[in-house]
Amino acid sequence: MIRLKVNGKESTFDGDPDMPLLWYLRDVAGLTGTKFGCGMSLCGACTVHQNGEAIRSCTTAMKDVGGAEITTIEGIAPMHPVQKAWMEVKVPQCGYCQTGQIMQAIAMLKVNKNPTDQDIDTVMSGNLCRCGTYSRIRAAIHQAAKETA
Amino acid sequence: MSVIENVSRRRFVQGALAGGVLILAARYAPRLLRAAGEPTSPTAVEPSLWMAIASDGTVTIVAHRSEMGCGSRTALPLVVADELDADWSRVKIDQAIGDPKYGDQDTDGSHSVRSSFDLMRQVGGAGRAMLITAAAAQWNVSAKDCTTEPHFVVHRSSGRKLGYGELAAAAAKLPVPKTEDLKLKSRSEWRYIGKESNSLFDLADMVTGKAIFGMDATMPGMVFASIEHPPVLGQKIKSYDDKAALKVPGVKQTLTIDTVKPPHQFQPLGGVAVIADNTWAAFKGRKSLKIEWDSSPHSVYNSAAYRKTLEATSQKPGKVVRNIGDVDAIFAKGGKIIEAEYYAPHLAHVSMEPPVAVAEYRDGKVLAWAPTQNPQAVQDTIATALGIKKEDVTCHVTLLGGGFGRKSKPDQVAEAAVLSKQLGKPVKVVWTREDDIRFDFFHSVAAMYMKAAIGANGKPTAWLQRSVFPPIDSTFDATATYGDGEMGLGWNNLPFDIPNHRAENGPAEYHVRIGWLRSVANIYHAFAIQSFADELAKSANQDSVEYLLGLIGPPRIVNLEHKADDAEEAKLFPLDTARLRRVVEIAADKSGWGKRSIGKGRGLGIAAHRSFLTYVATVVEVEVDNKGQVHIPGVWTAVDAGTVVSPDNVRNQFEGAAVFGTSLALFGEITATNGVIDQSNFNNYPITRMNRGPRQISVHIVESEAPPAGVGEPGVPPFAPALYNAVFAATGKRVRELPLSKTKLV
Repeated sequence: MIRLKVNGKESTFDGDPDMPLLWYLRDVAGLTGTKFGCGMSLCGACTVHQNGEAIRSCTTAMKDVGGAEITTIEGIAPMHPVQKAWMEVKVPQCGYCQTGQIMQAIAMLKVNKNPTDQDIDTVMSGNLCRCGTYSRIRAAIHQAAKETA
Repeated sequence: MSVIENVSRRRFVQGALAGGVLILAARYAPRLLRAAGEPTSPTAVEPSLWMAIASDGTVTIVAHRSEMGCGSRTALPLVVADELDADWSRVKIDQAIGDPKYGDQDTDGSHSVRSSFDLMRQVGGAGRAMLITAAAAQWNVSAKDCTTEPHFVVHRSSGRKLGYGELAAAAAKLPVPKTEDLKLKSRSEWRYIGKESNSLFDLADMVTGKAIFGMDATMPGMVFASIEHPPVLGQKIKSYDDKAALKVPGVKQTLTIDTVKPPHQFQPLGGVAVIADNTWAAFKGRKSLKIEWDSSPHSVYNSAAYRKTLEATSQKPGKVVRNIGDVDAIFAKGGKIIEAEYYAPHLAHVSMEPPVAVAEYRDGKVLAWAPTQNPQAVQDTIATALGIKKEDVTCHVTLLGGGFGRKSKPDQVAEAAVLSKQLGKPVKVVWTREDDIRFDFFHSVAAMYMKAAIGANGKPTAWLQRSVFPPIDSTFDATATYGDGEMGLGWNNLPFDIPNHRAENGPAEYHVRIGWLRSVANIYHAFAIQSFADELAKSANQDSVEYLLGLIGPPRIVNLEHKADDAEEAKLFPLDTARLRRVVEIAADKSGWGKRSIGKGRGLGIAAHRSFLTYVATVVEVEVDNKGQVHIPGVWTAVDAGTVVSPDNVRNQFEGAAVFGTSLALFGEITATNGVIDQSNFNNYPITRMNRGPRQISVHIVESEAPPAGVGEPGVPPFAPALYNAVFAATGKRVRELPLSKTKLV
């Protein structure tokens, strides 16, 4: 039996301990805001927070999150300054990768309150967007940083 | 001719519109068919656009096109709402199921707004007129003395107001005004069309994780399936062993799907499906399957050898698709002749959401939820796969996590239906990224041969171009080797002022499924034409922009009479070189072309291309570092897409096109070895990451009152040639094959 907290709620899991957190969240817990994109930590669509830090849930096994506090996009109270900036800059096209982008950006701004373009590139280059909204993502992160400063 | 009907009291109105009091439906003969003299009587075409106003004032507008990131689902209702003079915050969008009554629902070819703009304005305008008439009757005043403000009819002199919800019941009893009597808003009266304030209807849901994509669709009692497809197209299962797979926790059973026979169309590829009670178990079980596959004629497919075949074909005369003057006579005279060969590989779509669908077969009928660009194709494909009537297939459309053409092909939806029939319960089919890349409907590999005779002023006197690629038609006719459809995509409509010109198409056989990918054949055609144009400019020692403008020639309408199929389109959307020249001049100007020094190792390149009736020119600046890696400090794009509904979204589309263009220019390449695709995930099929994308992308939209043209695709084609021309400017290296990663620059 694996015990963990998801969005502040105590949860237990007694299935395959190898199951990635992503599929627990989506198929078992019904939290579908976290997306499947590659299954290999290559695209970042599955980004959630483990104890406040951004992780790739597609390659994080359930057996490794026992006792952890997991936060998904559903656990972010809207509108978080990052979400607000995303709306004002009108970042999304299809929207599929954006929850992962937002979770990555929120985690970054926690430790780097005023990132440079270079900082943003370094952290956000792990999150793919096939629609190509990168310049808007960069602008939205700067805007959110300004608002929270 | 469109005919708008008041269907407020029809019992057949169901779903989200059923709460409507005033309900309008528009019968619509597409403009192009209408002009071609196709049937136009009200009975010949079914209603295709629906709008309802409920007594509480809620306006519901049906979106009959899919949302895959281009903004169609927002743009179409926005146009209706503008002419209705509705308050956008009180508009709900009802996503249409697949049904021929909505007309063409295929969200592709960048034509959602272009095909529906007039009709949507008319439906909104008819509703507004009826509401005004109803209010005037209540007040006992002339309708002429009434106007509207959002969601209200207002009597001008007295200032009295009635809300749309209050008026809906009275308006529902009125006849619909004739289309020709409708007084639509003037451009200056538009509240939403062309406004910066427009944003996607689903924006808030997208940033909070509430948006429902195909990946998020569920049905009660559903099971999950992951399918091991034949590695080579057409391979059959010889034998398989699922003992180890069945031992994986959560795996319930395995099932087989018959291997598709040519023409494969959108039918399931075949293979072994692992059925489980969650996605992960299905994936894990699949890894333990042991399958022996039969042989396939496509096992001969090796990309390196195939390239040689394409290139050899491109050296031989092909099918002539456009001929002006006599290029052979000019070439025979000798003088300065320039030849070049260009090559572009297969590409995969890799939308961030891999193919996925959930479907249930019950009592001879299928209910499906899918991220599809074309729900009617879902109906057709499932009907064929299961031998049922298409009317018995109901396809609901979710949001699409990207499409780019892949999701106009619903093979995975049919897989879910086929498996559900075998299991007797709903099935969700989830493709892995590896499935997505290895079993795509690939953008075609292509070889182009170009030849020009150069006159005294450095301008070509003759221009021959030959294009060879396995055609998309091979998906529908296994014997097809010529790409008639691809010719209109940047090949039989060269907008250059050259007295002798011939365009040809050579034959090629398919070995993988070939399909549309964002801007389709325009990618390789623009690459060849715009690269060759730059080669001629440099050979003539002339400025690339000036030379390109010289090739385009004086402002005129290009004669496209040889394209008989597109004659009506050409009337409505003539190929106007003045518009093409203008975007070239604007892009060059915005980039500071010729006006600034950009330093060593840097260069600017330009390319211009009209596709999906939109004129686009792009300047790319590159910096090639001492390791030969290419950086993109800036991109300047000028766009003339006619009338634009949501300008900020148009800019977003063209910014995205620059990133999509970067992917295919720098990295994109799918290859096959013995029929098996070599790439499998983002590690070996990279797409642009933030740190490799353009630093700045500036999009300039040309103000225009011309009819709306496409915006989803046209930004892609000029990008790669502009980047390659910039690489030449920076390094002196002329590269003639995509992607750039295959060529060492230092």
